[in-house]
Amino acid sequence: MITSPTDKAVVQPGQPTLPESPFNRERRLSRSLPEGFAKWFCLVCALLSIITTIGIVYVLLSQSLPFFGQVNVVEFFTGRVWRPTPEPGTYGVLPLVTGTLMITFGAGLFALPLGLLSAIYLAEYAGPKVRAVLKPALELLAGIPTVVYGYFGLFVVTPALKNIFPAIQSSNALAGAIVVGVMILPLVSSLCEDAISSVPKALREGAQGLGATKAETISKIVVPAAFSGVVASFILALSRALGETMAVTLAAGSNPVISLDPTKGIQTMTAYMVSTSKGDLVYGSMKHYSIFAVGLLLFAFTMIMNIIARRLVSKFKLNYQ
Amino acid sequence: MIMDPALAKNLASRKRKDRLFQLVCQLAAIAGVILLAIFLSKIFMDGIGKLSWKFITDDLSNRARRTGLWPAIVGSAYVMLLTTAISVPIGVGAAIYLEEFNQKKSGLTNLIQLNIANLSGVPSIVYGLLGRVLFIVVMGLGQSIIAGALTMTLLILPTVIIVTQEALRAVPSSYREGSLALGSSQWQSIRRQVLPNAAPGILTGIILSISRAIGETAPLIVVGAASYVSSLPNSLKDNYTVLPIKIFDWANESQEEFHKVAASAILVLMVCLLAMNSVAIVLRARNQAKAKR
Repeated sequence: MITSPTDKAVVQPGQPTLPESPFNRERRLSRSLPEGFAKWFCLVCALLSIITTIGIVYVLLSQSLPFFGQVNVVEFFTGRVWRPTPEPGTYGVLPLVTGTLMITFGAGLFALPLGLLSAIYLAEYAGPKVRAVLKPALELLAGIPTVVYGYFGLFVVTPALKNIFPAIQSSNALAGAIVVGVMILPLVSSLCEDAISSVPKALREGAQGLGATKAETISKIVVPAAFSGVVASFILALSRALGETMAVTLAAGSNPVISLDPTKGIQTMTAYMVSTSKGDLVYGSMKHYSIFAVGLLLFAFTMIMNIIARRLVSKFKLNYQ
Repeated sequence: MIMDPALAKNLASRKRKDRLFQLVCQLAAIAGVILLAIFLSKIFMDGIGKLSWKFITDDLSNRARRTGLWPAIVGSAYVMLLTTAISVPIGVGAAIYLEEFNQKKSGLTNLIQLNIANLSGVPSIVYGLLGRVLFIVVMGLGQSIIAGALTMTLLILPTVIIVTQEALRAVPSSYREGSLALGSSQWQSIRRQVLPNAAPGILTGIILSISRAIGETAPLIVVGAASYVSSLPNSLKDNYTVLPIKIFDWANESQEEFHKVAASAILVLMVCLLAMNSVAIVLRARNQAKAKR
């Protein structure tokens, strides 16, 4: 009988069949698994991220729509009183926005210069031994949960501030801004360091060859060259500060007033959302819709900032890569 | 060579400025470390007094002296294990698609990539809002562990995808080419060559993302994690509380005794985080040493 070479399963009568080797078996099985299945599974996983974005936008819009049916949009953006209880409540978002901006601005005032300077130190001055201590410390600072920063604000920063401002409230904007500043410091520092390190060495050598001191090289050549990267890191850090929740809820309070006095308690948009969800929140009530309206505003703010930052980073990369 | 006195003066002042600048930068860099030291020592001093085995394993109570932490620890552990179990396969799958299956970088890949970068910048509380509607109302999961874990999954997925992509990119392309040249299919070369070699990097990244998620509080509050539970959760549909929420509540109490309890709970949380981070650091160091050889 003539057998074609593809007929593998022909066994001569009387000849014992050998057990299949484990290697062969594994190979056969993994080949039999349709190659396409793995690829499809991975594609679905990747598409899930797009579905998440659509989900966020859909949920925020669909839940704020009933809210804006009751509250005039102009009134929402220009109203100076935010008083959700008793129903139906007064919803002017300005107190929450000013509260949020105060925290963000204060945190930036603290963290941006400090972060940039420490990035300069890490990138330009520090030796490997110093870096081996400073970098993990900054990473550790970045890894502390935000609720713990709230504790620091209440029980470390505010008592310390009491020495300077005796009339300070136990929850106040200043303490909130400081702890959020400490929180975003590692982010500013590491992103700025990346930007500074990617400036070509030739620029530094050129400046020093012309007789500039190291400080002059850094402040007049390196930092300006890394400028868009530095600004991008600032914006990213500020958008993080904008969306920060637990630390400001604890440290800055939940008192929605328009006040430029940093020793008073304020309420940020995030703090409103979290403290309102903590209570009994009935689905479909005005309060329920209001957290989504505030969420939509916050989402829009952070999105715009992130897009600007990404534009700057890609511009920066084009310059030096 | 004799220097012009005006020039010498100018040079001296520039050198002074140079030294001053270095000093300022140095102080700024050290400021972070000092703040860290102040914060940690404050937490340690406040929290160590209350910390005991009994405190860790006791039930919650609304009296500061009697309260324990166990239900919150169990709740945190459940949420995190579930989050890991769901997010790792999805995150690694998405990263494999973006890095391995799609070398041509089509428009779709770019869109997904941009989208992931955007998602990682969305404030965590917004994920809570999404979970509140999607998991509690639409899917009817209620204020349950599974709803919390799914919300956390959406929150950490972008990070998991990004770190996995980095780990995959670190595997030299010669591994893939060698494997393909020997006749394996693409999936076989991914599974046998790329993934095993990227595994330590992926693991490090995942541990770090999970350790960030443990401390996340806001999204879980929004999806209805409780402040107080009288018994341990029995099923995934049960009500639960987590460590950071208890810390938030206790820090917010007016009685000072509760603040010490909050500090002790922070110590427990920080020890967990430190343990996870050290595992990640050891893995990373070992991986780097291997890469050098």
